[in-house]
Amino acid sequence: MGDQRIKNIILEIIAIVAPDAEITDVKTDIRLRDQLDLDSMDFLDIVMELRKRYKIEIPKEEYPELATLDSCAAYLGPKLAGVAAT
Amino acid sequence: MDYDVIIIGAGMSGLAAGIRLAYFGKRVCILEKHYAFGGLNSYYRLDGRDYDVGLHAVTNFVGPGVRDTPLPKLLRQLRMSRNDFELLPQRFSEIRFPGVSLRFTNDLDDLIADVAENFPGEADRFRKLCAHVGEFDDNVLLTDYQSTRATLKEFLHEPMLIEMLLCPIMYYGSAEEHDMDFLQFVIIFKSLFCEGFARPRDGVRKIIKALVKKFRSCGGELRMQTPVERLDVADDRVATVLIVGGETLSAATVLSSAGYVETMRFCGDSPSVPAEEVGRVSFVETIAVLDELPQRLGHEAAIVFFNDCDTFTYAMPEHPVDLRSGVVCCPSNYEGHDDMPEGFLRMTWLANSDVWMADDDAAYRQRKIDYLAEFKTQARRYVPTVDDHFIASDMFTPRTIHRYTGRLNGAVYGSPRKRRDGRTHLKNLFLCGTDQGYLGIIGALLSGITIANMHVLAEE
Ligand SMILES: Cc1cc2nc3c(=O)[nH]c(=O)nc-3n(C[C@H](O)[C@H](O)[C@H](O)COP(=O)(O)OP(=O)(O)OC[C@H]3O[C@@H](n4cnc5c(N)ncnc54)[C@H](O)[C@@H]3O)c2cc1C
Repeated sequence: MGDQRIKNIILEIIAIVAPDAEITDVKTDIRLRDQLDLDSMDFLDIVMELRKRYKIEIPKEEYPELATLDSCAAYLGPKLAGVAAT
Repeated sequence: MDYDVIIIGAGMSGLAAGIRLAYFGKRVCILEKHYAFGGLNSYYRLDGRDYDVGLHAVTNFVGPGVRDTPLPKLLRQLRMSRNDFELLPQRFSEIRFPGVSLRFTNDLDDLIADVAENFPGEADRFRKLCAHVGEFDDNVLLTDYQSTRATLKEFLHEPMLIEMLLCPIMYYGSAEEHDMDFLQFVIIFKSLFCEGFARPRDGVRKIIKALVKKFRSCGGELRMQTPVERLDVADDRVATVLIVGGETLSAATVLSSAGYVETMRFCGDSPSVPAEEVGRVSFVETIAVLDELPQRLGHEAAIVFFNDCDTFTYAMPEHPVDLRSGVVCCPSNYEGHDDMPEGFLRMTWLANSDVWMADDDAAYRQRKIDYLAEFKTQARRYVPTVDDHFIASDMFTPRTIHRYTGRLNGAVYGSPRKRRDGRTHLKNLFLCGTDQGYLGIIGALLSGITIANMHVLAEE
């Protein structure tokens, strides 16, 4: 799955987790939490949605890897490698 | 294992926990002993008319732009929208004490202005209190008990103002008599005064039906008239859940919204529970149906918190009911409710549950009749012509609450000792709802979500 696709998936998930967040203009290299004012409950939900949809496990210690859209793509790339680009 | 999670109780907290868990693919079953869902805030039909058991006000109401307060947070967590609850805001409410009343709306500035007008010397001090409440660290797992009465005395000099703030806040969320933890005061202060009151036009059924529909659409299973009788314990865990009638079920985790002491009684080896952990705060609630809306008869407040003495006493009274203070609620005094076909006037008093529980059936019925007469006397202060418009009534007592929810003493706010982390002496049994510590409709929903997140979803 390509980087752009992964970033779009994260944005789709944020739209579900926090429907009132403004996601049209998200910078890929700035922390999502700082741009979108997501709290820790929302953040847990992004992880949970990834697990629910793609059956991937993300250990707690690795949550920081999901800080920005760029880091999401880098970290999730290998994990989503086997998943068809739906 | 039959399920990943079994939840005891289909009240607000059980349903909210159930939605979170079912949404994330857990096999969840909610067991409810009653035939109706909603628990302490359920609804029913009587003589062709819809009633709410408890709904006065959905607290914590904020407008569409606000994101970081309990109501929008919990809607996000439940993957539900504001439209699912159809909340309509109040116009105003009042706190009425001898010789002075304070009016508040969903805008804190209105209360600040009214305090300044009625207690000019307190204006600045009250503003400082509001700022302190706003900044108070409400991390429930970290703060130690702090007396609210003592803290308020540090901020305010007018004893009457202190009593006037305590009256609505204790009525809407204190399991403790006489005083309360300042943390709980902060939580309720924000939910009433910084955020505010609203109501779905159709009453609480709107909220409950939306929750049940969501739970089922996520694949959750809901079993009604299925009372849990016992939790069988092995190796410090709940091994099986025994249902009245003999069926047994098993689950990796059990969440109980039935109350701490109540839940301990399900466990064979329950640790002994000190008597002071059983809640004592209960209420009698009278509901009158009128052939005209109270606002057309001169009563426009959504909620009135009244107290007829200079000091406010919040405790189990000696008499069956403490008539000196109470809450008067008028559901049609919310925006968009002017075309309700009939008017309702509800009144809540503190009650002595021992007296109501001990009555035989005939004495109980008579007592209800006597207090209906008291209700009419008091109601005339708000709607002087109430007698001309009275068409029907119903009344709940501590006994009703006990019968329908199993809460000991009919204690609406449960045990005065809260277990904020939801843990019990068993490794896979957790509390949610009232005895975990978040109270009221919004509080119970948030409690279910928090406990499901903390002990099931985040644990994997
Ligand atoms: C008269 C009244 C008015 C109120 N007004 C308001 C208001 O205006 N605004 C507000 O925010 N809050 C109000 N409240 C408070 C609010 O209703 C409660 O705080 C909230 O509903 C508690 O939810 P809960 O999930 O913690 O508990 P509950 O609603 O008590 O849920 C527990 C559930 O567990 C079930 N159960 C118990 N034992 C068993 C068993 N052995 N097996 C299976 N199931 C079992 C019970 O039947 C119940 O359905 C009011 C309460 C009352 C009584």
